[in-house]
Amino acid sequence: MSALTLTPNLSGHDDLYQSLVALHEGLSEEDSLKVWAKLALLLANQIGDRRVIEAAIAAARPAA
Amino acid sequence: MANVAGIPVYKEIGATPAPATDTDSAPVVIVGAGPVGLAMALDLGRRGHAVTVLNRLDFVAHCSKAICFSKRSLDILDRLGAGDAVTDKGVVWNIGKVFWGGDDAPVYQFDMLPVKDQKRPGFVNIQQYYVEEYLLDEVSKLPNVEIRWGHAVEDVTPGAEGVTLDVTAGGQGYRLRADWLIACDGSRSTVRDRMGLDFEGRVFEDNFLIADIRMTHEMPPERWFWFDPPFNPGRSALMHRQPDDVWRLDFQLGWNIDREAAIRPENVEPFVRAMLGEGVAFEREWYSVYTFQCRRMARFVHGRVIFAGDSAHLVSPFGARGCNGGFADIDNLGWKLDLVLRGAADAALIETYNDEAIATADENILNSTRSTDFLTPKSTASRALRDAVLELAGAHAFARPFVNSGRLSTAVSYPASLLSTPDAETWAGGVPPGSPVLDAPHEDGWLLDALGDDFVLISHGWDGAAPEGVTRLEVSGLAAERLALPAGGATLVRPDQYVAARWQHPTTEAIAAALSRARGALLKGDACLH
Repeated sequence: MSALTLTPNLSGHDDLYQSLVALHEGLSEEDSLKVWAKLALLLANQIGDRRVIEAAIAAARPAA
Repeated sequence: MANVAGIPVYKEIGATPAPATDTDSAPVVIVGAGPVGLAMALDLGRRGHAVTVLNRLDFVAHCSKAICFSKRSLDILDRLGAGDAVTDKGVVWNIGKVFWGGDDAPVYQFDMLPVKDQKRPGFVNIQQYYVEEYLLDEVSKLPNVEIRWGHAVEDVTPGAEGVTLDVTAGGQGYRLRADWLIACDGSRSTVRDRMGLDFEGRVFEDNFLIADIRMTHEMPPERWFWFDPPFNPGRSALMHRQPDDVWRLDFQLGWNIDREAAIRPENVEPFVRAMLGEGVAFEREWYSVYTFQCRRMARFVHGRVIFAGDSAHLVSPFGARGCNGGFADIDNLGWKLDLVLRGAADAALIETYNDEAIATADENILNSTRSTDFLTPKSTASRALRDAVLELAGAHAFARPFVNSGRLSTAVSYPASLLSTPDAETWAGGVPPGSPVLDAPHEDGWLLDALGDDFVLISHGWDGAAPEGVTRLEVSGLAAERLALPAGGATLVRPDQYVAARWQHPTTEAIAAALSRARGALLKGDACLH
């Protein structure tokens, strides 16, 4: 079984989606990339379990 | 006069005449009298072996080169008798600071000696030529070690029971037959080249400038590293103190540059002035340009030819893993070759040098590669990730451990060593088999100093009999605590200070079995040494 939760695990999906879009408003693509990276680092630290994070990285990777 | 022009001279020694006959033989030949070759000669020489060292130059070069010597290297140098000279002359440091942009406060800092109460500090900075000089001082006390200065290897012919070298000295050629050859002849190893062997791995597309300068300057003895400083925008820089008011400055230059032009004083000085101010007074010590490489040979042992140090592996310098990695090699090899030369172990034991030195090289290469990926991001996305880490690190503690300005050299463990006897009991901490003993105060001195050059049984209140061939050392207090030894427990330590086995309830038989295993008894006698 995957360590990663792949079923809905929070509420307010539209609100969250909007927050993520708003995060990038007015940013250059370069700055946007950096903001995504900061978010990933903050969330990775919050999760705190490298198994879960590695599973998420694997799930995010484009299919070969 | 130096026999090779264009290299600054630290110490003239003068050419050793070629032997009287045109064929000569020696049990052990070491090629290269750099720090790794000299330490190898010293280790084998102290164990009583006749050693012949060939060095292409007939002088010690005046180039700072390797400057950061790790605690583990100092422990090795202590065992070889040169630790005090190096530490007394060197600049002792433990703290590294990483700055980002023009900010005066570091975004990250680290301590290279997290466990205190050890004899040696995390690091000592000292110019390579001093280390060579102090090793030479020790070597010169040994009548059984001969250094032939100005003797260049021209060709290498390996055989089943030895190797034949074609050597030239002062225009005269001779053949030298050796039972064992140890190639410590650096990154452009002649021995490696003549044997048709090469490195595998990555070369990174970036150039770095070393500007070693002499100046009077006040700064704590710490390693300071900058990402994107105002004086080298978009790139990195480093500043590190050496003895004699010499400072190592290191500037990232980028890829497509004229490497020869880059080290001309008129091109170096603007970097120095941008960093330290227009009015700074300094003298040139040594300027050099280098490229990051993370590469090693596929094997370090080729029959009777053994590679150690830069001839076997290269890493980017930001972890101080070059020369320190070379000392780890000879520390691993010395006692093994000693046993084989004495006929006390099968030549298969040398194969474990191949395994363990490659484990060390791979860890050094892994760490260097990761540091390089952080220092010189290869894509827009990896640059964004790197900058995200630096931005977060300024404000939040959680991000600081991601900052990688070089993970500095520490001792490498061999958890899979074939020479170790795995734990049969449950241990809470301590030093497991395959890891080096942690130093601690011991009687009026230090535990590591008490270990010596042979197998040692460190016991904590065990009164049984140790098997033959093992020195006894009884410890208590912090030394026992750091090994997690309960009363009546014991740890068997290899001559390179690595733990071979440990017991909460030792028996003479179990110790004898572990000793025998650590000397290679379980290895296949026909292990292929190709």
